[in-house]
Amino acid sequence: MSQTSDHQDQVKIQNMNRQLVIKNLRKEYVPGARVLDDLTVTMHAKDITAVIGPSGTGKSTLIRCINRLIDPTSGEIYFDGKDLSKLHGKQLRIARRHIGMVFQEYNLVERLTVMENVLSGRLGYVSAWRAWLRKFSTEDISAAFSLLEQVGMADFASQRADALSGGQRQRVSIARSLMQSPTILLADEPTSSLDPKTSVEILELMVNQAKSREIPVIINIHDVSLAQRFADRILGMSNGKIVFDGAPAELNDEHLKVIYGGESWLT
Amino acid sequence: MVDLNISQNRAQSRQYFGRCNWLVILCWLILFLYLSYVFSLFELTTERFLIGLDNGAKFLGRMIPPNFSRHELLIEGLVESLQIGIIATAAGVLLSLPLGFLAARNLMPIWVTWFARGIIVLCRSFHPVIVAILFVKAVGFGALAGVLALIVASIGFIAKLFAEAVEEISLKQIEAIRSTGASFSNIILIGVLPQVMGRFIGFASYQLDSNLRNSTMVGLVGAGGIGGTLFAAFQRFDYDFVAAILLSIVAVIMVGEGINNVVRRIYR
Repeated sequence: MSQTSDHQDQVKIQNMNRQLVIKNLRKEYVPGARVLDDLTVTMHAKDITAVIGPSGTGKSTLIRCINRLIDPTSGEIYFDGKDLSKLHGKQLRIARRHIGMVFQEYNLVERLTVMENVLSGRLGYVSAWRAWLRKFSTEDISAAFSLLEQVGMADFASQRADALSGGQRQRVSIARSLMQSPTILLADEPTSSLDPKTSVEILELMVNQAKSREIPVIINIHDVSLAQRFADRILGMSNGKIVFDGAPAELNDEHLKVIYGGESWLT
Repeated sequence: MVDLNISQNRAQSRQYFGRCNWLVILCWLILFLYLSYVFSLFELTTERFLIGLDNGAKFLGRMIPPNFSRHELLIEGLVESLQIGIIATAAGVLLSLPLGFLAARNLMPIWVTWFARGIIVLCRSFHPVIVAILFVKAVGFGALAGVLALIVASIGFIAKLFAEAVEEISLKQIEAIRSTGASFSNIILIGVLPQVMGRFIGFASYQLDSNLRNSTMVGLVGAGGIGGTLFAAFQRFDYDFVAAILLSIVAVIMVGEGINNVVRRIYR
């Protein structure tokens, strides 16, 4: 039963449109204070899109509105033929299954093993009973092993997540998001807690995985040079609006001044 | 400018403390007068104190050596107490787990937490002995009343601490599990439980410890266990048997403590 529905999912994934269309997206945590100010943008299928901008400008809110960890105040988000902003309950959970997410602080369940953390990417599919007994299907387990292999963490499968370093945790977190067979990958400051070398390795891993799966990636990132190096397209945000939209090569100091304000920090 | 502010603050604080001082002295004075009055009520004289010491010495003397000749009665009572403590802890823990979740304000709607917290407060309101008296009246003499009384006590303690532990979890881990499309029950099982299980085991083992001690006490009001035997021995001035019972209880509690330590180490 679950086998056939998985198979149907696979077929659907191949045929579907992976373009993300955001229309007039608005979010007010406090009425009147717009964190996202009627933002409209289309993220193309297969693109690596980097979102840059100062802290508190709504980058995290934008990304969390897509998988509805935060409910937008108004606006529409179209993906896979559905308006994600209107989904509720079961429908929302089904949509989330295929939206992978990577967090700044990895957000692994600290007391579970690396293997359990990777398998938690399948939690949208398993029943509570099976989750409790850790009865994941053999396909899931072998898929988890092969993902751990791909992110270079196979030797750590039985270690607890709290025993890992930052870079290792982020690798596991990427494996968890890939375990969802994502059709889109969201990353919220995935490298902000990591050293420069590890940051590059993590971004390379994410970009390579996304390219080989032909899925779009949206990355919030503070490091402009990393954004330019890895992204196909850069969105600059300021005060809840998109103030720059273009290829990495087009981004110059004038744009950065508009995005971040001031110029004394530019060298 | 800055200096002016500091000196102003100092003047203000002196004024503030100055006003407090005579109030504090008055409080101490009232406390002292009340204590002298209470002591005068006791008619505590040196003579009475010395007689008391003498009685105490005789009592302790009759306790030694402890008399273990009625060990069948002793073991029967102890086993019943152990059973009361263990059954009450097991049932109390099982009931506390869902109740604690329902009382956690970061997971549940507010009206559910109020309801759950109401039950917990009710369970915490009375000392186990008072609850035991109520249950003896309700279900009659015997171990059942003791078990029920200690279940109530366990819920009051574990559910409250467990709810607080759940309220302190990292929401980041929950956020990640939510983003995979997990159902609410899976979020609880994989996102919440691993974070609080260690502490829950700690609370439960502490409660087992506490229940083993309390199970020897509910017998005093007829709710089963060694307490009843102890009370009867006191009434019949069998102080050597009393000593035997007290030593056995100490031994049981120490064994329980040892087991607890092992369990806690396993689940850390």
